Amino acid sequence: MLGFMGLLGALVVLFAANLCMGSVEIPVKQVWQILRGAGGNGSLPEGGIAISEASYAIIWQIRLPRTIAAALLGGALALSGYLLQTFFQNPIAGPFVLGISSGAKLAVALTLVGILQMGLRSSSFLLIAAAFAGALFSMFFVLLFSRKVYQSAMLIVSGVMIGYICSAVTDFVVTFADDSNIVNLHNWSLGSFSGITWDNVKVIAVLVLITFICIIFLSKPIAACQLGETYAASIGVNLRLFRTALVFLASLLAAAVTAFAGPISFVGIAVPQLIRSMFRTTKPLIMIPACFLGGAVFCLFSDLIARTVFAPVELSISSVTALFGAPVVIWVMMHRRKTA
Amino acid sequence: MMQQEETYFFRIEQLTVGYQNVPVVRNVDVSLAQGEILTLIGGNGAGKSTILKSIMGQLKPLAGVVCLEENSIHEMAAAKRAQDMAVVLTDRVKGDYMTCEDVVSMGRYPYTGTLGILSPADKEKVRQTMELVGIAALADKDFSTLSDGQKQLTMLARALCQEPKLMILDEPTSYLDMRYKLELLTILQRMAREEKLMVIMSLHELELAQRVSDRIMCIKDGKVERLGTAEDIFQGNYIAELYDLRTGSYDGAECRPELPKAEGEPKVFVIAGGGSGAPVYRRLQRQGIPFATGILQKNDMDYPVAEKLAARVVCVEAFAEIDESAVQEALAVMNSCERVICAVDRFGTQNQANRRLLDGAKEKR
Repeated sequence: MLGFMGLLGALVVLFAANLCMGSVEIPVKQVWQILRGAGGNGSLPEGGIAISEASYAIIWQIRLPRTIAAALLGGALALSGYLLQTFFQNPIAGPFVLGISSGAKLAVALTLVGILQMGLRSSSFLLIAAAFAGALFSMFFVLLFSRKVYQSAMLIVSGVMIGYICSAVTDFVVTFADDSNIVNLHNWSLGSFSGITWDNVKVIAVLVLITFICIIFLSKPIAACQLGETYAASIGVNLRLFRTALVFLASLLAAAVTAFAGPISFVGIAVPQLIRSMFRTTKPLIMIPACFLGGAVFCLFSDLIARTVFAPVELSISSVTALFGAPVVIWVMMHRRKTA
Repeated sequence: MMQQEETYFFRIEQLTVGYQNVPVVRNVDVSLAQGEILTLIGGNGAGKSTILKSIMGQLKPLAGVVCLEENSIHEMAAAKRAQDMAVVLTDRVKGDYMTCEDVVSMGRYPYTGTLGILSPADKEKVRQTMELVGIAALADKDFSTLSDGQKQLTMLARALCQEPKLMILDEPTSYLDMRYKLELLTILQRMAREEKLMVIMSLHELELAQRVSDRIMCIKDGKVERLGTAEDIFQGNYIAELYDLRTGSYDGAECRPELPKAEGEPKVFVIAGGGSGAPVYRRLQRQGIPFATGILQKNDMDYPVAEKLAARVVCVEAFAEIDESAVQEALAVMNSCERVICAVDRFGTQNQANRRLLDGAKEKR
């Protein structure tokens, strides 16, 4: 319980910080008033402080949707990592290291370039569908390799290789598609929460909520799999159905993130690890919500750093998450060697 | 006849098991009554695990049926099957951040609702089972910190929590020390007697298989070579044949393995009988010294060991008088040896012949 309070507290603080801090400084009090509906269409604020149009727009049109998206997508990534770790019974699995994010990225890049070339507008659903297809495509190869290689380290290596191949192809596509619109595509392909609209947020919220509920209903078989798959099957888990559901949901979550924010590294591996050692449990009914909150906190924190440290220059979100996430993975690997 | 058939709760008919259409063991037939313990023995790779995996539904059989109370195991819904059948394997389980009680609670899985939350009745069952298995004190211990023996008892408690009618165990006692081997089998035997639990398991510890099993199934060369009571199976030299022993020997009745005897002309003569000889024989075997021994009646407890280890045994039939010809033979053999060891510390009316051997040896010196 204490852990959940801590995570919620951190979430609230970081949420507020993300709204207040940025290249334009807006005081907390003003932000609060703006959120309560002051400003905007000329109405006078109650406290009497004048609120500029610009501040209003920055909060409502830029920072709020971005912050909500960062929280939701962060949570989604952490959950995706948690599901993959369950699936492969491997603590260093995650959507990024297994190349699933990169597969989604490639599919989205191809779709975007294709659409722009045809002069059409892209939609959230189309991007998600493309990302999902790409994620499943990578997943297919990872599964293929996982049947051939039995060492978990080799599985990760093959996932990283798939990731590199997909990234390389994406780079070709982005480099040679010399449309001016593609400048955005380049930023996106490095990973960023910028440019998220309210429409995006709605789609993300619905998708993540539905997936989250589905995962809660998987918590019973996830718990059973902690003792290994043979035992899980022996106590009545339908393994084929369960494994399909895991792959499907993990890919969907990773796809949603990639479609809107590009590939974001290490959140999927690091957060479930941190949560597990923080809560000292593997019970899915605790792990699932805690991972979601943890992912949200981690991404809000990373996005805050990405936006503010070298403002107005923005860092790619992946650079920040890698900086904090990769040491966690190293720590996990060292720890595992010790106990093994 | 009719009545007898009704008592069989579990049967396997013409079961052929294997991987990817390649049969490993063919045509397994066996029926179990409630409370019966069946043990599978046989060499490494004989297919014991393959049979067990097929029975537990983890592997699809190539042919045949496995029925529990007339319901085919492979057609049962997974959740229903889990209420009837529980499994314990050799695999070491990690169970990070799980307490011993968490692991045992897993056994209630087939009985809990959608989210797997335990009811008070489930919790009571978990507590009772831990009590029964003798791990109640470990309830809050971190599973990963337990010893192999404690872990396996935990896995057994977990399986018992499923309230199964049939328990499948694949080499459950490997890795365990003697204490835990005995504890685990004692619990199984008790559950079989009191709760009419049927048990099918594979064991490598033949002496334990002999003690605990109502029936034993011997797997060799892709088929069930023998199926019978422990007394049938452990008779004569069969175990050595079953395992294709190429070196040493195995005394079935006593479940006693012996290393190969030292070959050659006997250098030492051991006057033995009544169990006094065996330790001396083994010592000579360790030192690689070929020896002769006598005079033993064939029912003497030294005889089976002598037969396996001695280069020459002077003996008479079981319960027979030791006659003059045996004494003369023994004296002749003894005279060809360099040394004589008298393992017997007392001569009574039954072994006067051996006293004559000792006297003969002393005289010669």
